[in-house]
Order: sequence, then structure tokens, then C-alpha cells
Amino acid sequence: MITAKNVHKYFYVPEKIHALNDVSLSVAAGETVVVIGPSGSGKSTFLRCLNRLEYADGGEITIDGMGVLHPDSDINAIRAEAGMVFQQFNLFPHKSVLDNLVMAQVVVRRRGRDEAVAKARGLLAKVGIADKENVYPDQLSGGQKQRVAIARALCMDPKVMLFDEPTSALDPEMVGEVLDVMKDLARAGMTMVVVTHEMGFAREVADRVVFMDQGRVLEVGTPDHFFQNPAHERTRLFLSQIL
Amino acid sequence: MTLYSGLDKPRSPLYRKFWTGVFLAGVALCVLGIYAATQYVDYTWRWYRVPQYFFYEDVIRVVAEIEGEVVDVAAQGKDALVTVREWDGEGTQDYLVPADDVRVHQGDFVYPGDTLGARSQWKTGLFLSGLWITLKISAIAIVIGMAIGMLTGLARISDNPAFKWTAITYIELVRGSPLLVQLMIWYYVIGTLVNQILTNAALPKVPTFWYGALGLAIFTGAYTAEIVRAGIQSVDLGQMEAARSLGMTYSQAMRKVVMPQAIKRILPALAGQFISLIKDSSLLGVIAIRELTKVTREVVTASLQTYEMWIVCAVLYLVMTFTLSLFVQRLERRAM
Repeated sequence: MITAKNVHKYFYVPEKIHALNDVSLSVAAGETVVVIGPSGSGKSTFLRCLNRLEYADGGEITIDGMGVLHPDSDINAIRAEAGMVFQQFNLFPHKSVLDNLVMAQVVVRRRGRDEAVAKARGLLAKVGIADKENVYPDQLSGGQKQRVAIARALCMDPKVMLFDEPTSALDPEMVGEVLDVMKDLARAGMTMVVVTHEMGFAREVADRVVFMDQGRVLEVGTPDHFFQNPAHERTRLFLSQIL
Repeated sequence: MTLYSGLDKPRSPLYRKFWTGVFLAGVALCVLGIYAATQYVDYTWRWYRVPQYFFYEDVIRVVAEIEGEVVDVAAQGKDALVTVREWDGEGTQDYLVPADDVRVHQGDFVYPGDTLGARSQWKTGLFLSGLWITLKISAIAIVIGMAIGMLTGLARISDNPAFKWTAITYIELVRGSPLLVQLMIWYYVIGTLVNQILTNAALPKVPTFWYGALGLAIFTGAYTAEIVRAGIQSVDLGQMEAARSLGMTYSQAMRKVVMPQAIKRILPALAGQFISLIKDSSLLGVIAIRELTKVTREVVTASLQTYEMWIVCAVLYLVMTFTLSLFVQRLERRAM
């Protein structure tokens, strides 16, 4: 469903950094892959390269067979298939919750307003905030905002979902409600790539765990392998620091 | 209410009262001071001369166009019909005159230009016509300037070098030179060229009004562009990313997500810009557009009451700008 081959990415400001160094990963349909690593390891950059929020400098990336870096492919069509959830939610503050969910359906998917509203209501119920549809984002708690953001991405009927540290900006007591939604999604067979620091989530939900450090993928494995006997010294050090 | 409330100990009620009193005393002192100074130089205030420059009663005389004898004055409701017969023939002419101001009798002999009667009519004075021109030209300049500003603001942050450098060149040229000079160039350089070309092509000339409106609009557009650019850049980058990640194009994301938020934030700055536009329109007098300031100069010349007329002029500008800022404040509250 998602393939990344030999992806390179450099940043030049404020200084030259090799942010992604020959990163390869393929995610099968229905698989949940959790990417972990210390800050600055390139895991968010990698995720953002997948739907071209960052333009990878080299390599090959495909989503559902469409080449993300291919000059002929329609990036907007690809992005519509790859729902993204951000650390800072990025809800549209000038629109009600319902309109947050409806807007892209109408604009991008060209659905009629009634159809879009029905779809939005269904997903709001699914993430457990059906009663908030007329509220504006600034009246929601962090956990509610993130669930709205997930619902907004799901409205597009994406084939894959990308999560960029979805619980890092939340108060601790709200992390659970967001993770529950993500777990349900994973169990329902969504293809997911999740960048997170939630090791519990990785252990419980992930089909595979990817460990990144200094722009490289150091280790890929099942959660059992990963948490019980990591092969790499750097992975062991990282896990000992956070567990 | 105050910027740093709570950082210092609360003020006593007396503090408020005392300093409010100081303010009011200051205002009173200024007004009295000016009045005393004008008394000292023997200026006579004649405020009663002001109203006639808003409305005045115009007397329109009905004059005879032929030489002959008044053969009949017949009442016709409120008017009277005066019939004059040509002295050397049988031809007659009828004139409609208000019945209460007929100045000829049957049998009178009249010459061309003689007054047969007069009707009076209320007309708008110079101040009102100047006010109207100022309002009209400002409104047109605001609308055009807003459109130019939006487009230039977007071009300014564009990736396309042609758009970007056109925007930068335009903004720097306009912001770097005085409006007075720009108006001169619009009227005396570009206006002359365009009108010469149009005349040679047997087309009608562009009226001065439009050079003034366009000059103002282009001036305001440059400032509006910078305001728009700052507004767009103040919207969190994540908004654009979120919109694009849903599959929206750049222009869809701009129109549906970024712009609505940017506009809300720049409303106060835009209002300030449009208020200065109304004030800047006072320069249009130099290219012979009879807006409020130009008209005030004419009124001063006619009435010789310099002080009153310029004060009235200032008050009229204040009324316009204050109304606009109230309107924008309401708009802002609605947009919240």
C-alpha cells in the first residue's frame, strides 16, 4: 500500500542536515506500522515525505501504486487517499466541527452537501462526539479536537492514514480517548503509519515497529521482538531511557 | 481594560476622577485659548455664514426672449401664464411664472432679457457637492484598491518570480514616492498621454475624476498588499498543510481556509488604511477634482470666513472617518 525506497532528504536551513538517509519501508494493506525514535531522528520528516508535505530529495515513494514524487501524478489525488493527523490538530478555527468535516468532501471529493453532512455525522458518532457538530474548535478539549481531526481525515475515505505524534500535544488524561479511536481504526483494517512516543500503543496495536535514529532506519520488527530483545545497541539505549 | 492591569496595586477612585478632570480642563483650555487668540487679533466669528454652503435658496428668473407686449396674464393654479406678442408680428410666446411673483402687468412692453417673474429653489451648496465627490472617489478607490491589494498580496508570497517581483516593484515604487507626486504623474503625464492617444483615435477622453480615483486606488493597493501579505503569513502554517493534506489545491486552501482567517485578522489594519485613504483624497484638489478640501478653499475665498470653514471641513472629514471606523468595529465583532 505504501512503499518508500532509498528516500533521502536534506535541510539546508539553518545548516545542512541529512534528515533522511536512505530510508526504505513498505507497508502492506491493513498493516499498522509505528515509527519511534529520539527527537530529531527524522521520523516526522519521513512521515511528511510520504504525502509530500516535504519534498523528498531522492528515492521513490508510492501510495496505492501512485508515485508521490512522479512528475505526472496528481499530488492532490494522492493526498486525498492519505489522511493525515497532526500533532497540533490544525482544525479550521473559522468553521464549525461539522463544516471542518464537510469542507474537503465538497471541495475535493465533489460530494453534495447532504451526502457530506451524513458522512460527517456518521464519523463524528464513530469517534464519540456526535453532540459537538455545531461547536467551534476552540470550545473543544485537546482530546476532542484530535478526534475531530481524525474524523476529518476519515471523511475523505482515505486508503491510508498517517499520524504525526497525535497525542504529544494532549494533556495526559486525554491521551487514552484518542488512542482508543486509533486502536479501533487499526482493528478495522486501516493501513496506518503512526509516529508516536506511546510505547503502550506500539506494543498493543503495531504489526511492526520501526526505530529511526539520525535519519536512518536502524531496526524494524514485531513489537515482541522489538521490546523483548532489540538487536541494535542504540535501540536498547533508547528503550532504557524511556521505559 | 488597561494593558497591564493587575501588575500594580489598584488605583483609588480619586485617581480616576482627578485625571479625568485634568483631561477635560486641558480640552477646555485649548478651545478657550484659540478663542481668546482670535479675539485678540480681532477676528469676527460668523457661523451663520456656514449653512448657505450646505443648502441655499437659488432664485431663477424667467426672462422674456422676444421684444413685444404682454397681452395676457392668466392664472393657472399656483402659476401664471404670461403671454407676450411680438411687436412686429402676430407671433406670441407663453412663459410659466409662479403666481406670487409675477413682475409684469398686461400692457407692459418688454425687451429680451427682461424679468417676467422669478421662482426660488433650494439647492445643495459647495460643501455637500465636495462631500459627495470625496465619498464617491474614496469608495471607488477603496473597492479597486482592495482588489489590487489582494492580488498583489498573493503575488508577493507567490513562488513565481514574475508575480513576486512585479508585486515587489509595484509596492516599493508606490510606497517610496509621495502621493502628491504620484497624482501629478497620473494626471499630467499618464493622463495627458492617454487622452492625447484617445483624441487622436477620435475616442472620448477619460475624465479627470477617474485619474484621481485610479491614482488613489493604486496608492492604497500597495499598502493593502503588505497588510494582506502580513495577514496571510500570520495564519499558522499548519492550516495550509492540513488543507493540502486533505487534497485541496493551493487556491482552494487559500480561498477556503487561509484567506477567511487572514481577513478577520487584518480588518483593523484595513480600516486604518481606508481611513487614511479618505484623508489622502484631500490631495486630489491639485489635479482639479472638486472634492471637500478643494471646495473648502473655494468657500473660504467666497465667504472670507477662513476659520469657520476650515473647522467645518475638518469636522466633515471626522464624521466620514469615524463612521467608517464604527462600521468596521461592528464588522469585527460579527466576525469573531
